Amino acid sequence: MAEKTYLQAISDSLRLEMRRDQRVFVLGEDVGVYGGAFKVTQGFQEEFGASRVLDMPLSETAIVAGATGAALMGMRPVAEMQFADFVSCAWDHLVTVAAKQHYRTGTPIPIVLRLPSGGGFSGGPFHSQNPESSFAHIAGLKVVCPATPEDAKGLLATAIEDPNPVLYFEHKHLYRRIKGEVPDDRYTTPFGKARVHRAGEDITVVTWGAMVYTADEAASKLAEEDVSVEVVDLRTLIPWDRDAVLASVERCSKVLVLHEDTKTGGFGAEIAATIAEEAFEQLDAPVRRIAAPDSPVPFAPTLEKAFIPQVDDVAAALRELAAY
Amino acid sequence: MAVREAEPVETLQQVKEAGLDREDLLGMYRNMLITRAIEERGHILYKQGKIPGSFYTGRGNEGSAVGVATAMGPNDVGTPLQRDMGVHVTRGVEAWRVFAQYMGREDGPTRGRDGNIHMGDARLGLHTMVSHLPAMLPVAVGMGLAFKIRDERRVAVAWCGEGAAARGDAHEGMNLAGVRRLPVVFVIDNNQWAYSTPSHLEYAVDHLADRAAGYGFDGVVVDGTDVLAVYREAKRAIEKAREGGGPTLIESVTLRMEGHAVHDDAFYVPKELFEEWARRDPIERFRSWLRDHAELTDAEEDELTSGVKRLLNDAIQRAEESPLPDPSTVTDGVFATPDELETPHHR
Repeated sequence: MAEKTYLQAISDSLRLEMRRDQRVFVLGEDVGVYGGAFKVTQGFQEEFGASRVLDMPLSETAIVAGATGAALMGMRPVAEMQFADFVSCAWDHLVTVAAKQHYRTGTPIPIVLRLPSGGGFSGGPFHSQNPESSFAHIAGLKVVCPATPEDAKGLLATAIEDPNPVLYFEHKHLYRRIKGEVPDDRYTTPFGKARVHRAGEDITVVTWGAMVYTADEAASKLAEEDVSVEVVDLRTLIPWDRDAVLASVERCSKVLVLHEDTKTGGFGAEIAATIAEEAFEQLDAPVRRIAAPDSPVPFAPTLEKAFIPQVDDVAAALRELAAY
Repeated sequence: MAVREAEPVETLQQVKEAGLDREDLLGMYRNMLITRAIEERGHILYKQGKIPGSFYTGRGNEGSAVGVATAMGPNDVGTPLQRDMGVHVTRGVEAWRVFAQYMGREDGPTRGRDGNIHMGDARLGLHTMVSHLPAMLPVAVGMGLAFKIRDERRVAVAWCGEGAAARGDAHEGMNLAGVRRLPVVFVIDNNQWAYSTPSHLEYAVDHLADRAAGYGFDGVVVDGTDVLAVYREAKRAIEKAREGGGPTLIESVTLRMEGHAVHDDAFYVPKELFEEWARRDPIERFRSWLRDHAELTDAEEDELTSGVKRLLNDAIQRAEESPLPDPSTVTDGVFATPDELETPHHR
C-alpha cells in the first residue's frame, strides 16, 4: 500500500495493464511526447514505445473509430479524450458503431475511453461538463465514474478487461486533490457494486464522482446536528447497483440523489424513478434531487459556484429531509 | 496534381499478368451473376411482402464490388456498404444467409437485429456497415492501425460512396491513414447520385480521387463497370499497402442503375444517362469480354446461369425455413460476455 493521488492511481493502473497485456495500447491527442494534457501517460512512450502510445491528429472521430477498428482486430485500445467535453465530436462512433456492433453482429468491441470530466476550476462551458447521463441512455455502453484513488485503479483494470465499450469518467477536480491508500499490486474492482463511503442511519445520499466528497462534508455537518447520513458511492452508472441503493433506502427511509451533471434527464432521475417504483412503501419523505441547474457550465467563479452543487446546498436539503 | 486514370484491361495476357487464370475469371463472372440474382430475387420477395423494412440494391456496381473483393487476400478485412453485395458473395457469404438476413430470420448474419445488407462475417473479414455513411471508413483505418502496430502483412479495405465522401469521417479517416501510412485501401463507389443529389452538389473537384493528394497518398480513377480494370487497380493498391507503401484512394465510377432504395423510381436521373450506362452494364460487358478473349462457350454460360438459378432457389427456400427471432431474446447481445474474447482472434 502507498498513498497515491487519484491521477497517479489512474496512471499506475494503465501502466500495469500495458505491462501485462501487449494488446493494450493508448491513443489520443498529446498522450505521447507530452504525456497527456493532465500527465496521466507521462513516461509511457519511454517505457512502451511510440507504437503503443500514439499521438493522434486532432480527430476525435478517428480516435474512437480507430480504437473500434483496432478492437475488432483483437487489440485493447485505451483512447483518451483530452477533455470529456470533446467526446461530442465522437458521439456518432460511440453511439452508432461501438455501442450497437455487438448486438447487431456479435463482434465484441473492447475499448476504453478515458474522459477527464467535471468542473470546479473555471474551465467554462467546454472543459467542465459531466456528460455521463447522455451515454448511460445508450444501450451497449458501460459508464464508470470512480471517486477514490483505490477505485480509480481497480475500475480502470476492469474497464480494460471488459469486452464492451467502457466510458471511464475521471473527475479532473479529484486528480491531484484526492489522495488515498492504494494497493501496489494489480486488482480489479467489479462493475455494478456500490460502495458505502460513509455509513449512516437516517438519510441516504446516492451519488458518484466528485460529489461523493461534497456529500461527505455535508454529512459531517449533519452529524454535528445528530443526523446520521449514509453516503452511497455508485462507482458505476451502467451497470448501477440498484440492490445496494434500495437496501440503503429501506434502512434510512429518506433519500437524496446528488450529481454534478445538470438536473433534467440526469442519471439521478433514473435513480429517483427506480426508488419510487421499487421502494415507495419504505419512504418517509419524497425523494430529493440536488443537481446542477439546466444551463451550460459557466466560467466566472461566482457563477460556477452557483452551478455546481455546494456543501451548503446539500446540507440544507438534508436538514429539510431530516425535519420532514 | 492530376490523378491517374486507369487504362482498361484488353487482353487475356494482361489479365494473367495481373494474377488471374481462366478459372478465376469464370469465378468472378459467376460471383457477379449471383450478386445480381440475389438482388433481383430479393426485390421480388420484397414486393411480395416477404422482406420487411426497406430494400437496397447495387445494380451497376457488381463489377466494382467483385473486382475489389477478388483482389483482397484471405486475411485482409473490409467494411463494404449497401452497393457492395458482390463483396459478400466473393468473400464467401452464403446466399441463403443473405436471404435470411433480408427476411429478419434467426440465421441471418445479424439474427434479425438488423436488416437488408447491414451484415458482415468477421470470420470472412467482413465487418458490418451502419447507416451513418461512411462511419465504417475510419473503423477500417483502425483495423489498419492494428495491423501496423502488430507488424502484420494484412490490409483493410474501406468503402465509401461519393455522397458520404462529403462527411468528416472520410476526412479524419483518410488523414490518419496518410499520416501513419497505414495499410488501408479506400474505395469510393462513385455512382453519381447520393439519393436524389447529383455529384456536382456533393463535391467541387473533377475527381474525388484528387483528394488523395491532400492526404499524401496516390489516387486513381477507374471505370467501375470494367471488373478487370477494377481488379487490377485494387490488386496494385492492396499489394502496395501490404508492402508498407501506405494507402491508395480508388475512385470507381459507375451509375446507380436503380433508385436509392426500391421505393425510389429515380425520376430525377436523366433517362439518357440510364440508357448510356445500360450499354456499359458490367455483367454484359464482362460476358462479351469472356466470349471474345477467354472463349466462354454457350454450354458454359448455360451451366453458369442454371447453377446460379438453382443456388438461389435453394437459398430462398432454406432462408424461409429459418425461424424469426424469439421475442423474449430482444435484449440478448446488448453486451458482450468475457468468454467471447477467449477466441484465437482476440487472444
